[in-house]
Amino acid sequence: MIWVAMAITGVGCYLLKLAGLSVPPRVLERPLVERVADYIPVALLSALIAVQVFSRGHELGIDARALGLGVAVVLLLLRAPFLVVVSGAALAAALVRLL
Amino acid sequence: MTEATLDPRERSSIIRDSLGVGVATGAYGVGFGAVSVAAGLSVAQTCALSLLVFTGASQFALVGVIATGGAPISGALSAMLLGTRNTLYGLRLAPMLQWRGWRRALAAHVLIDESTAMSVTRETTPAARLGFLTTGVSVFVLWNVATCAGAVAGNAIGDPRTYGLDAAVGAAFLALLWPRLHSRRNQVVAVVAAAVALGAVPIVPAGVPVLAAAAVALLAGILTKDQPQEQQP
Repeated sequence: MIWVAMAITGVGCYLLKLAGLSVPPRVLERPLVERVADYIPVALLSALIAVQVFSRGHELGIDARALGLGVAVVLLLLRAPFLVVVSGAALAAALVRLL
Repeated sequence: MTEATLDPRERSSIIRDSLGVGVATGAYGVGFGAVSVAAGLSVAQTCALSLLVFTGASQFALVGVIATGGAPISGALSAMLLGTRNTLYGLRLAPMLQWRGWRRALAAHVLIDESTAMSVTRETTPAARLGFLTTGVSVFVLWNVATCAGAVAGNAIGDPRTYGLDAAVGAAFLALLWPRLHSRRNQVVAVVAAAVALGAVPIVPAGVPVLAAAAVALLAGILTKDQPQEQQP
C-alpha cells in the first residue's frame, strides 16, 4: 500500500510540476488560485506539526515530543540551521524520556 | 527576456551560488532519510521517494501522515496538495526558461523551491537556465545521496523513539513552515489549521485531519480579497 501511495505521489507531483511549465498562464494565474496556493503549505505544515506532536492514535496529549517542539522553536528563533533544529528537538525528547 | 550570451564572470557566479544552495539543501536529505525510516518506511522506499517524488515538503508530508498511522493514500493527497506550489513556480518560469519537448519534460522533475529561487530573478534566458539547471541537478544528486545516508543511519540505530526521532518529525515540519510565518495572515491560517486538525483527530480516520486543514487554506483564500502581492514578475 505504501508503494502504491508512493507511485501516486510521484506521478502526481511530477504532473503538477510539468503542468506549470506547460499550460498557458491565464488558465491558473488568478488571484484566488494564487492566494489558496500560498496558504496551502502554511495550513498543511501547521496541521502536520499539530497532529505529529500532540496526538497518538485518536487521542490528544502532551509528551516528550512537545518539549522537542519547544526546543525547535527556541533554536529557530536563534536562527539555527535545519539539522541543528531537528537534532536538537530529537535530543531534548530523548533526554526527557531517559529521566 | 532578452537572448544574450553569459559573460564568464556572471556564469561562474551563478554556478557558485547554485552549488552552494545544492550543498545546503542536500543536508536536509539526511533529516528526511532518518525521519522516513522512523515513520516506518523501509530504506528502499525512502530512497525511492527522493528519486521519484523529489519535492521535499511533499515527501515529508507523505511520511508524516504514515507516521501518525494514517492511510498512505491520505498521505499521497497531502503530498500532492503541497506539490501544487510547484505548478505556480512553473507558470513563473516557463517564459524565462523557454524549453520545449523532452527538455521541458526533464526540467519539470527538478522544478522545486530552490531551482525556482535561483532562476526566477535572472534577466536573460541563458542565465535563468544555468541557475535552474545547476541548482536543480546539484540538489537532486545531493538530496538523494543524503536521503540514503540518513535512511541507512536511521535504520541502524533501532527504536527511533529512544533517540527522539519521532520528535524530530515535528521539528522538521516547523523548520519548513518557519520562513512563511512572517505575515499575520499566515500566522492566523497556521493556528486555525492546527486547531482544525487537532479537533478532527478524535473523530476521523488518521491522515484525514491534515487534509481537513487544507480546507482552511481554501476558506482563507476566499475570505482574504486583497492579499498584497509580494512580487510581480
